[in-house]
Amino acid sequence: MKVTIDNISIEVEAGTTILNAARMIGGDIVPPAMCYYSKLQGSGGKCRTCLVKVSQGSEKDPRPMPKLVASCRTTVMDGMVVQNITSPEVIEARKGVVEMLLINHPLDCPVCDQAGECHLQDLGYEHGAAKTRYEFDRRTFEKIDIGDKIQLHMTRCILCYRCVFTADQITDHRIHGILNRGDHSEISTYIQKAVDNDFSGNVIDVCPVGALTDKTFRFKNRVWFTKPVEAHRDCETEGCCGKVTLWYKGEDVIRVTGRKDEYGEVEEFICNTCRFDKKKTADWVIEGPRKVSNKSVISANHYETLKPLPVVKTNPLLQEANKEQFERETRL
Amino acid sequence: MGRKLLLEHINVPGINTFDVYRSKGGYASVEKALKTLSPDDVVEEVKKSGLRGRGGAGFPTGMKWSFLAKPEGVPRYLVCNGDESEPGTFKDRYLMTHIPHLLIEGMIVASYALGANTSYIYLRGEMMPQIRILERAIAEAKNAGFLGKNILGTGYDLELYVQPGGGAYICGEETALLESLEGKRGNPRIKPPFPAIAGLYGCPTVVNNVESIAAVVPIINHGGDEYAKIGIGRSTGTKLISAGGNLKRPGVYEIELGVTVEDFIYGDDYCQGIANGKRLKAVVAGGSSVPILPANLILKTINNEARLMTYESLSDGGFATGTMLGSGGFIAYDEDQCIVRNTWNFARFYHHESCGQCSPCREGTGWMEKVLHRLEFGHGKMSDMDLLVDVSKKIEGNTICPLGDAAAWPVASAIRHFRDEFEWHVTNPSVALTSNYGLAHYADPLPVLEKAEV
Repeated sequence: MKVTIDNISIEVEAGTTILNAARMIGGDIVPPAMCYYSKLQGSGGKCRTCLVKVSQGSEKDPRPMPKLVASCRTTVMDGMVVQNITSPEVIEARKGVVEMLLINHPLDCPVCDQAGECHLQDLGYEHGAAKTRYEFDRRTFEKIDIGDKIQLHMTRCILCYRCVFTADQITDHRIHGILNRGDHSEISTYIQKAVDNDFSGNVIDVCPVGALTDKTFRFKNRVWFTKPVEAHRDCETEGCCGKVTLWYKGEDVIRVTGRKDEYGEVEEFICNTCRFDKKKTADWVIEGPRKVSNKSVISANHYETLKPLPVVKTNPLLQEANKEQFERETRL
Repeated sequence: MGRKLLLEHINVPGINTFDVYRSKGGYASVEKALKTLSPDDVVEEVKKSGLRGRGGAGFPTGMKWSFLAKPEGVPRYLVCNGDESEPGTFKDRYLMTHIPHLLIEGMIVASYALGANTSYIYLRGEMMPQIRILERAIAEAKNAGFLGKNILGTGYDLELYVQPGGGAYICGEETALLESLEGKRGNPRIKPPFPAIAGLYGCPTVVNNVESIAAVVPIINHGGDEYAKIGIGRSTGTKLISAGGNLKRPGVYEIELGVTVEDFIYGDDYCQGIANGKRLKAVVAGGSSVPILPANLILKTINNEARLMTYESLSDGGFATGTMLGSGGFIAYDEDQCIVRNTWNFARFYHHESCGQCSPCREGTGWMEKVLHRLEFGHGKMSDMDLLVDVSKKIEGNTICPLGDAAAWPVASAIRHFRDEFEWHVTNPSVALTSNYGLAHYADPLPVLEKAEV
């Protein structure tokens, strides 16, 4: 099936979603996704950041779709023409969604443990407005411990349902879900019961924001001061691949996570033993440095693509000094 | 007074019992359909009748039925949507309370047309009396051989169940209703797939409003062509309107589509005007989620033609000067009603009822409510109106289900038509707390539009 996204055509298999087709093309035309997670069945469609415009439904039926569609849950048709960043309507809608997501999310990234690897932070930076128009109290919650290794801070949650799907798919009985309705919704376990499963730690990896955090790592270090290294071990736990990323600070392994790709999705789930208990270099076989996406603040100075100050534009000396930044500006 | 099809025998004592209902010609359509018509014939009759969904969207019912997928070996379901919870709408509850057998008769015929052997009536959880009434009626019909195995000896089996919901507005959305019926949290599903392909338990399902299903009975009795003669254009048949607000005679009316709005409000057969001799200020024509219109625009379209109670005429002018027939929850406001307070009240409802699945609706409805609360209680700013319009635009069309649109439209339309009143609330905060803006110019005759020279 041939699909054209922002004037770039690609052949994909039937049943592929628009988002995945865009990811095959890659680059700037990939819609951001806060709730969709390719490893989780049934996820997606909720956050609405991946909205795109379908300007031609298919070869047979060239009518455009009346509304913007969630690209993560809409499958491609032969001859479909999709507009993402080329449509002002989409950009505007996305800006609106980002604003909505940030309404009840605290804007205190400097004190948040997720800062630096937070998808909402990236999203807000790329698509959001600089100031909030919301002038009311944000919802707040007490921190809850889900078991002894995971902490839930609902104040930061954007209700993407990823952890619900994870808990649903790794356990055979539901003990983790959503309580209440509307903006009172909260993630909770059955009467604060720990999610008793060898793979429960994966809810930390799938959380796009700092709502679910690793208590063994929480506030030990800022993530951009750590050094990610790929490693593996023979894990006895059934279903665990044992392939992880170790996050070093000096000589110490301060955190173990699954290996995340450029869209922040783990390649394979890992068990709690690997994640929480094996924190010595001797436990692991080191493969080499982890290549973190160049979109991430961890490996590149992503947040320095700010426009050069006005004074730089008028001063040739400063222009020379900021040559690289200028080139980047003109390229974009 | 127009012809009555649904509420013809409503005043007969004991019409809620099987015997009286049967003696008034009830269940004739079941006999006619099951004995003389094939399922496809029934669908064809409904198509011919031009019946449009009475739940709000107005989608042609016959068309919806013909879209139902019919794979071999997979059961099909008919689900009746009785989760009537739109503020201002109470027609289905009235129908089910007083003439429950009409709904059951319609369910049998519709299930037969769709080939469903199990059908459900999903009722809102608060409707406990109606649940008992319907269950009693089902038992009576079953005793008389109109439900169960081998109905009337035709070999057609049908089981009918009543299922109460948890009492959430969102469960009136068809996919949320199906989720709820399956015993899950009532979150709307992401479409596609549509229920006609994969609905209840993953099987093809049709979800219809109570009134749509009841309307199948007169269609089969009199024939689709006969039914289509009532009404105007593509708005055929009769419609139950639940009139509320400051009317002299509020209540449920069965009207022939095509009555003028003016006649409906002031006519002797209908609401007999505004209560206490006051003047009309505004009307919400089809339940809280449709755009609110000032008195001059509801009585006349922008082209100075009389507005009729039809799907087309009410939506004449689009969102700029029109509204929608919706579910038929007709709310009239007299000159002493405050539009800001009303809009805040509606926003509060949608905020409370948002399911919280998708972000624009979850966060946006709460935001609108808070801004409107601020306006109503005298802390508003001039920029709030533009903010509200902008937020409603960001919600509209970007959500999973139509609740986002339903929350955005009343706010956007109130500001579009009643901006002066909102501004007055900002400039006179203390006065606005004790008195109201009054009728102002909202009932003034519309300016005559000049014809463009060609």
